[in-house]
Amino acid sequence: MDKMPAWADAVLVPLISILLAAILSALVILAIGENPVEAFNLMVEGALMRSAGWGYTLYYTTNFIFTGLCAAVAFHAKMFNIGGEGQAMIGGLGVALVCLFIPFPHWTVALLVAIVAAGAFGALWALIPAYLQAKRGSHIVITTIMFNFIASAVLNYVLVNLLRPQGAMDPATARFPEATQLPTFQDMFATADNPLFRGSPANVTFFLAVLACVAFWFLMWRTRLGYEIRAFGHSESAVKYAGISPVRITIVAMLISGGLAGMMALNTTMGEAERLVMNATEGAGFIGIAVALMGRSHPVGIFLAALLFGFLYQGGAELALWTNIPRELITVIQALVILFTGALDNMVRMPLERLFVALGRKDA
Amino acid sequence: MTLITKFLGASAALALTAGAALADPALVYDLGGKFDKSFNEAAYNGAEAWAAETGGSYRDIELQSEAQREQALRRFAEAGFNPVVTTGFSMSSPIASVAPDYPDTKFVTIDGFVDPEEHPNVLSILFSEHEGSYLVGMMAAMASETGTVSFVGGMDVPLIRKFACGYAQGAKAANPDIEVISNMTGTTPAAWNDPVKGSELASAQISQGSDVIFAAAGGTGIGVLQTAADQDILSIGVDSNQNALHPGQVLTSMLKRVDVAVQDAMTAGADLETGVTVLGLAENGVDYAMDENNADLVSEDMVAALDAAREQIVSGEVTVHDYSSDDSCPALSF
Repeated sequence: MDKMPAWADAVLVPLISILLAAILSALVILAIGENPVEAFNLMVEGALMRSAGWGYTLYYTTNFIFTGLCAAVAFHAKMFNIGGEGQAMIGGLGVALVCLFIPFPHWTVALLVAIVAAGAFGALWALIPAYLQAKRGSHIVITTIMFNFIASAVLNYVLVNLLRPQGAMDPATARFPEATQLPTFQDMFATADNPLFRGSPANVTFFLAVLACVAFWFLMWRTRLGYEIRAFGHSESAVKYAGISPVRITIVAMLISGGLAGMMALNTTMGEAERLVMNATEGAGFIGIAVALMGRSHPVGIFLAALLFGFLYQGGAELALWTNIPRELITVIQALVILFTGALDNMVRMPLERLFVALGRKDA
Repeated sequence: MTLITKFLGASAALALTAGAALADPALVYDLGGKFDKSFNEAAYNGAEAWAAETGGSYRDIELQSEAQREQALRRFAEAGFNPVVTTGFSMSSPIASVAPDYPDTKFVTIDGFVDPEEHPNVLSILFSEHEGSYLVGMMAAMASETGTVSFVGGMDVPLIRKFACGYAQGAKAANPDIEVISNMTGTTPAAWNDPVKGSELASAQISQGSDVIFAAAGGTGIGVLQTAADQDILSIGVDSNQNALHPGQVLTSMLKRVDVAVQDAMTAGADLETGVTVLGLAENGVDYAMDENNADLVSEDMVAALDAAREQIVSGEVTVHDYSSDDSCPALSF
């Protein structure tokens, strides 16, 4: 036995990473004179012990599932799509345009059309870097990251000059019509004497995200296209030999990736703000990369990692509300988790692997 | 079922602890952050002044994301804080959607506007930034030796164009031949906190002949003021009194009395009068800063001219065009 078992790779490595990040975070909190145990309790209390807390946790989770899947599709094709942020912004533009200019009779119709619009806008934004990578060899990391800035500038231009209501300061569109506003968990689950999820933004798009996880699994492991994408990720020359066009796979994989990122905007624009604001994506595109890394590009892993980051975001908000821990430090804590689970993966994996190898020898 | 009971138990416990904090005020800073040396810091200073004067305590939060806007408002309102004071125009829309759910809580939006007819428990505080900018624009034109003055804005939004437009009108009123250069730092919220780019813009404007630069750019302005001081020309600060950042090299600061607005709101407490308040020159809501750091830079002629202009504006003899009223500016093209 020269490899560690699959369960250790999938469960033990991330758990130890999180534990290390937690210990380091506790030291940081101690260093500024706050109580880490109290801080942790506050995070759990605020994010998981109240239904409204869950409403926020699941709202962030929805964002991270979409962007995590976006990064994962590209990972399977051995591409690094850093443009989830920009693709989600442009996806949001698609959602805003259909919501503002098509008079929908009911939110279900609006949602279906908005899914198509968000996906199409996000996919189109990924198409240009994909084409440049496939045909011109421009590195996808560089082009997608540059397209984030272009997306932000385009969105700003459109919001400030075209979609902003007269006299409003905020670079944002008008509020979407009533018929396009998605039902929140509060609308769905709260009753008169049991006001669950009060005022929290989680909405039907959470179920859409779960569906997307299932569809992602089906696509990657049960269809020919998924097989081609994964094969392309393993060896481009083998794929060429098998008669699969690398250009086609690059472009298709990026279109799917961009489309998933675009759909994240459904949650933030139609679900939460009910209008398109300037920084609706708030970094979820980048968090998605960490989520995909941590989730090993598998839908179950991505779902769990997204939930963890959702908890960190909502818990961080609670810390900001009720303690004097400055928000920069909350970002540090979130960054530590990303650092350990994403970037320093091998630091935990290699010693663990050696340990399992040693144990395996003893058994044999 | 037990899970739900647990939820309810937890929220009940929270409600109990919250009762202790009843009627303390809360303050929500915009994304720029508490210590931006400018707009949000002015709010912080106002709250601190209130706390020092009354011995009271308040809670504050620096927002990290868009979704936290509504969340912070709801959590503060649920915990019994009153009034809930917010800074920045981006808070007005979240307040409009949260306020009806908490009719007993008073909300204050500084720089934002919420319709008082629909939301009787909201106070909107607006400033006539164009009037204050007009005065510092006059001073800039009178202090300039090259005949060129300039403006560095933060994010390109109507509010900042309002500053720029007032500044250009003031400069042209003092010297009709003056050249006014205007640049915006960026188009995203990052433009509020990019001192390096602010410094580059200032250098570019200096090379075009500007010798007085007005920075209305939040944290970005720190870089503008630094570069102006390094290259030995004058600068003008914004919102808070920034004269002391580079003594003898900051001509003045366009004060926006956010601190006074916050302090007044907290002093009024739960009995706060709601509606819409516009604070202009007449209400001392905007002003220019004079202290020992710039006493040698500002001549008596300037003070006399500015006082005369102030009186004319207050009496209505002179109206300064407000960019945000019709999205256009007679003195400057963007």
